[in-house]
Amino acid sequence: MESLLIQYLPILIFLGIAIVFSLVFVGAAVLIARQNPDEEKLSAYECGFEAFEDSRHQFDVRFYLVAILFIIFDLEVAFLFPWAVALGSIGVFGFWSMMIFLGVLTVGFVYEWNKGALEWE
Amino acid sequence: MTPQVFAFYLFAIACVGGGLFTVIARNPVHSVLWLILAFLSAAGLFVLLGAEFVAMLLVIVYVGAVAVLFLFVVMMLDVDFAELKAEMAKYMPLALLIGVVILMQLALAFGVWTTAEGVTMAVAPDAIIGVGRHNTDVLGRVLYDQYFLLFQLAGLILLVAMVGAIVLTLRHRDWVKRQDVLQQMYRDPAKAMVLKDVKSGQGL
Repeated sequence: MESLLIQYLPILIFLGIAIVFSLVFVGAAVLIARQNPDEEKLSAYECGFEAFEDSRHQFDVRFYLVAILFIIFDLEVAFLFPWAVALGSIGVFGFWSMMIFLGVLTVGFVYEWNKGALEWE
Repeated sequence: MTPQVFAFYLFAIACVGGGLFTVIARNPVHSVLWLILAFLSAAGLFVLLGAEFVAMLLVIVYVGAVAVLFLFVVMMLDVDFAELKAEMAKYMPLALLIGVVILMQLALAFGVWTTAEGVTMAVAPDAIIGVGRHNTDVLGRVLYDQYFLLFQLAGLILLVAMVGAIVLTLRHRDWVKRQDVLQQMYRDPAKAMVLKDVKSGQGL
């Protein structure tokens, strides 16, 4: 347990350094820089034009479809990691267990491909 | 205070704080960013428990994919914050009711919590899995044969999610011209272009 956590100590140190540096930079900008805001400085600046509209408008739902398909295959890959590591000890049954899992998802993949969900148009 | 205890308090406070600000942040996009902080801190807590693989999975799947999905959803909603604020009081009783029900369900689940036969609860994982065998290996040994049914059910749920997302959101636009690669390749160049010898001053 201790030996495992010792290996993560450098990450903790990096995390500490990152937090300290970001606090220093943001804090220094707040404390040292001269700040004299007015309406023109704070308004959105768009190549010299007035901003045409609010930047917050509706996204196309296709982005959502791409994201959810990505999550599904991301999870599939996540399931492959322990399988690949333990393949030597789980034998033939474990191998075919994963093949069935991949087969089920491949059915979905074929459906997705044939429906044209992967094309952006 | 050992570094372990320090790291625990750091991640625990960041996790609870991230969750709190997810709820109370005014801007939904900021909410998602706080949620990412909560996910990362939870990953840190998992590492402290010795569950490395779950921690890395949390970073890859939740921070890498689910948070992006949430960002898309939040951006897709065409929300007007002033309007939302005004309507919040109307839905408050319902929201409180749902919150209380979920809290009671959690308490019920915690009350009847038992571990399966042959499972030993231990604070330090080294005691059961033995030194030198890592997390991913131990998980892989049980996931694919002992928990075969649950594993296949997970696959089916992913399939249903995939089909559901496609059925619900995929709309083909008929007016968009799409590229048909096969049609392009099978096109006969001899028929595609004709050379005409145009006499001067006559035209075609």
